[in-house]
Amino acid sequence: MSDLAVDVSGLNKSFGPRHVVQDVSIQVEKGRITGFLGPNGSGKTTTLRMLCGLLTPDSGEGQVLGLDFRRQAEAVKRQTGYMTQKFSLYEDLSIEENLDFVARVHELPRRRERVADSLERLGLTARRKQLAGSLSGGWKQRLALAASIMHEPRLLLLDEPTAGVDPKARREFWDEIHALSAEGLTVMVSTHYMDEAERCHDIAYIAYGRLMARGTAEEVIARSGLVTFRGEGPGADRLARDLAKASGVAMAAPFGAALHVSGTDRAALEAAIAPYRKPPVTWTEVQPTLEDVFIRLMGQSSDNFQ
Amino acid sequence: MSGAVERRSGLSGARILAVLIKEFIQLTRDRLTYAMILVMPIVQLLLFGYAINSDPRDLPTAVLVQDQGPMARSTLSALVNSGYFEIVRTASSPAELDAAVARGEVQFALTIPADFTRRVVRGDGAQILVEADASDPAATGGAIAALASLPRTALSRDLVGAASKPGADPFEVVIHRRYNPEAVTAYNIVPGLLGVILSMTLVMMTALGVTREYERGTMESLLATPARPIEVMIGKLAPYVVVGLIQTTVILILARVLFAVPMAGGWIALGLGVLLFIVGSLALGFLISTVARTQLQAMQMSFFYMMPSILLSGFMFPFRGMPDWAQALGSVIPVTHFLRVVRGALLKGLDVVALWPSLGALALFVVVIAGAAMARYRTTLD
Ligand SMILES: Nc1ncnc2c1ncn2[C@@H]1O[C@H](COP(=O)(O)OP(=O)(O)O)[C@@H](O)[C@H]1O
Ligand SMILES: [Mg+2]
Repeated sequence: MSDLAVDVSGLNKSFGPRHVVQDVSIQVEKGRITGFLGPNGSGKTTTLRMLCGLLTPDSGEGQVLGLDFRRQAEAVKRQTGYMTQKFSLYEDLSIEENLDFVARVHELPRRRERVADSLERLGLTARRKQLAGSLSGGWKQRLALAASIMHEPRLLLLDEPTAGVDPKARREFWDEIHALSAEGLTVMVSTHYMDEAERCHDIAYIAYGRLMARGTAEEVIARSGLVTFRGEGPGADRLARDLAKASGVAMAAPFGAALHVSGTDRAALEAAIAPYRKPPVTWTEVQPTLEDVFIRLMGQSSDNFQ
Repeated sequence: MSGAVERRSGLSGARILAVLIKEFIQLTRDRLTYAMILVMPIVQLLLFGYAINSDPRDLPTAVLVQDQGPMARSTLSALVNSGYFEIVRTASSPAELDAAVARGEVQFALTIPADFTRRVVRGDGAQILVEADASDPAATGGAIAALASLPRTALSRDLVGAASKPGADPFEVVIHRRYNPEAVTAYNIVPGLLGVILSMTLVMMTALGVTREYERGTMESLLATPARPIEVMIGKLAPYVVVGLIQTTVILILARVLFAVPMAGGWIALGLGVLLFIVGSLALGFLISTVARTQLQAMQMSFFYMMPSILLSGFMFPFRGMPDWAQALGSVIPVTHFLRVVRGALLKGLDVVALWPSLGALALFVVVIAGAAMARYRTTLD
């Protein structure tokens, strides 16, 4: 067996005339956490659903957990945990009843014990009779995670698990994901949050159905070839509009009161900044952030797209 | 690694049970459905039962009296005195009488032939003829019962002594039912109602069951589990089989207690018919839910199915009175066969062998519809 948990290539999916996933190839190493990033509607959910057999790809081949993910979709399903973007447990069932359903449907041995363990770990033993629909967003998300790992899957797909959840709950959630990954679970997680991207081992950036970047955060930044200058001082952020239009500037984005200006051609970029190199604004070259790279990638892909 | 991985993917009792328990809990949580299951049969039965019990009197009647003798006059006044008949027209020819019935102007047409008095006196097979518009059997039931006792009572004062032969009626009432040759009686309505109530609740509840999972988004989780289509179907339908059986029991008990519907036996045939019909209706609901995208669509499709079930099954109109095309259409509707089973078993005491054609049709329906539902059920979200 290879040490790739996911190894698929040439994934395509259209809904009617809309080609929402285009030639996506992706490899994920076992035991790693891969962040799946990209703007809304770029095909993250669709890709995850294809990997776990919920959608049939129009084309594409490969293996998930060493199994042909198209022909052995049933077997893949049994070893994959999938947490949907929208809460999809039964709101009219209690917390315990939901977990019990999951345990039964996966035919887990020692069912009662495992449900009890799961409740204990969640800290929901006292509230186990409460209807799932009455839980707050953060608790729903934790319950959904517990339900999706109950059958001890080898691959965990999480679709925007922390959307609309408060920062403390998000932090705890990520601690748990890392604990799971340390035990050898492979995780693919889609997210919108930059700080979450930085907590992933690997990143995949997808925009408008195309995979634009792949690798660790450092690799993605290095490969972008981006040079970034940071302008600081009163009014620096207000230069964005003028600088964005200058030749050699791929993008200019305010970061709080500061301004990040990036481009791939250092000379052209420095030339563009030159007129603004005067007090009160001071310029320093900085390492591009993931966000700089993503904004750049998004701009690029929408250019391709049109 | 979990042990479930190596397991062969045959039919799994545990997975069926998982879906069944979940479905059952959801059913008990849903107060509205709960109410619908129990209240609807009772309300419907009482509504229709009222129609059954209604015993309309003074029904419009036309007479053609060709005999001027005393016996004719006595018979006529006995008829009026029964309270069921009101003479609204005195016809002067058979054609006029006929036309009055055809127009629906009268419910009954009575003919007393010219030789009536003579024959009564001679004891020579006297007859009067009553034509009944039986298209509304509930309306004519009581009146026809009154006609049956007419010969014994009408002439009791006229015939004393020689002319009265003990033990024999002085004349006979010949009743021709028009428009309803099967003579669907009031009792027939209860078995029919059983079919209608069962299909209405069961088809709709299962049709909503799967579409609800799509609308609430829970289908995504359910499809991500190893549960197979057939397991989901069995698990989802089983609780409703119990619901159907409860409804059947409630209806039959009420029918017996409140309306004294005869139950002549045929319990095995009845049980088999009820079970097949319940399962068939549920499978149909499941099929609908695989086609419908929303609960509203599922509801509309269920109603669309109910229309012919009520109109063409023999519930509303006597089956044999319908035109050929309607009979052909009616024959593919399970309610039609179910009505035959229930009426045959309850009212006539027929057994499984005698009811085999209808039971077979129901079984065929179950197999075809369940097969179609399985073929249509999507295991992906495509
Ligand atoms: N079942 C579907 N039918 C039609 N269009 C769909 C369906 N699912 C997703 N789409 C479309 O495909 C595109 C990609 O969607 P999605 O994969 O959900 O993106 P993301 O998860 O990255 O926001 C969107 O434009 C969405 O509207
Ligand atoms: Mg999404």
